[in-house]
Amino acid sequence: MTPTRDPLVDALRSVSAGDLAADLDAAIGRAERDGLVDVGYEVTDSPVGPLFVAVTDAGVVRVGFSREPVDAVVEELALRVSPRVLRSPRRTDEVRRQLDEYFAGRRDHFDLGVDWRLTRGFRRTVLERLYEEVPYGRTVSYLELAVRVGNPRASRAVGTAMATNPIPIVVPCHRVLRTGGHLGGYGGGLPAKRLLLALESGEAPLL
Amino acid sequence: MRSIHVPLPPFQRILDEHGAAVHRYCLAQAGPDHGPDCFQEAVLAALTAYPKLRDGSNLRSWLFTIAHHKVVDHHRRQARRPQPMPELAAISAAPTSTGPVSGLDLGGGELWAAVGQLPEKQRGAIALRYLADLPYAEIAEVLGCSEAAARQSVRAGLTRLRSEVSR
Repeated sequence: MTPTRDPLVDALRSVSAGDLAADLDAAIGRAERDGLVDVGYEVTDSPVGPLFVAVTDAGVVRVGFSREPVDAVVEELALRVSPRVLRSPRRTDEVRRQLDEYFAGRRDHFDLGVDWRLTRGFRRTVLERLYEEVPYGRTVSYLELAVRVGNPRASRAVGTAMATNPIPIVVPCHRVLRTGGHLGGYGGGLPAKRLLLALESGEAPLL
Repeated sequence: MRSIHVPLPPFQRILDEHGAAVHRYCLAQAGPDHGPDCFQEAVLAALTAYPKLRDGSNLRSWLFTIAHHKVVDHHRRQARRPQPMPELAAISAAPTSTGPVSGLDLGGGELWAAVGQLPEKQRGAIALRYLADLPYAEIAEVLGCSEAAARQSVRAGLTRLRSEVSR
């Protein structure tokens, strides 16, 4: 604020009152009950680093690794899902709980709704197939997944689908490897992919 | 055929950027008992209207306009009641008064109680100028008047306050 030599103006500006955090929390709680929050998000700690999670009424819509800046992901959600995006521990509580259990080795599948709206077309088909058919502890090659969706020549496009997966970990693109078992790529970085695969194979020196 | 417009940012960002100022504005204007309600009502009203907003370029004055309306509604409700407005009660009552303002941990609690006595437009203009630090153009937008009128309201409000506090 502009400094001033007027004591009256300084006194007017010196107000600091109330509990903003509590009032904000109450407002957002009411907004959630009234259905005014379309997307709730939170950042949660995990063995693969801070994870961004976002939830809509339909289910988990976005998971992001720390290499994606939170601001950018939130902005993307505002543009592509709804501008009514708010940080919400309550809304994301269930997803975060299940992720914690997963990383602790106590959960081998997610009981969550999935909101697929950030992916479409062939990519979505591939991701849905992966989500439904490749369980915990198993892996599949890009080629094999291409065959499963009826397009054996599309393994490169399958790779793109994995690279653009909006909901990694929950939609298990870490279970997709190159033919021959080479790791391939991963949006969260190869160390994260290795860790997830080790966790699911039971080899992880658990966390 | 669509005109160029600024896309709406995530609502969280609006709260991060302007939430604290709107909160202070509501508390100073409606006191510690009703300020939090005004603030919550403003946030809810803003969220309700937000998806239908056409353009994201004047979000601060948009949000303050909503908050200002909530504050004005509050003052009108208070005025309809038989008791004097709590702001008035607090400033004119004996020191034993438990009026809302006396319990408010404001730096300038009594001063803001005096602001509460100003005419509606001056009160709003003073709060928007010195609590929310809005430029006159935005104050004018929020109050629905010209920029010159907004300046005049601030000036008149300050003059009146000066005579109050020097008494």
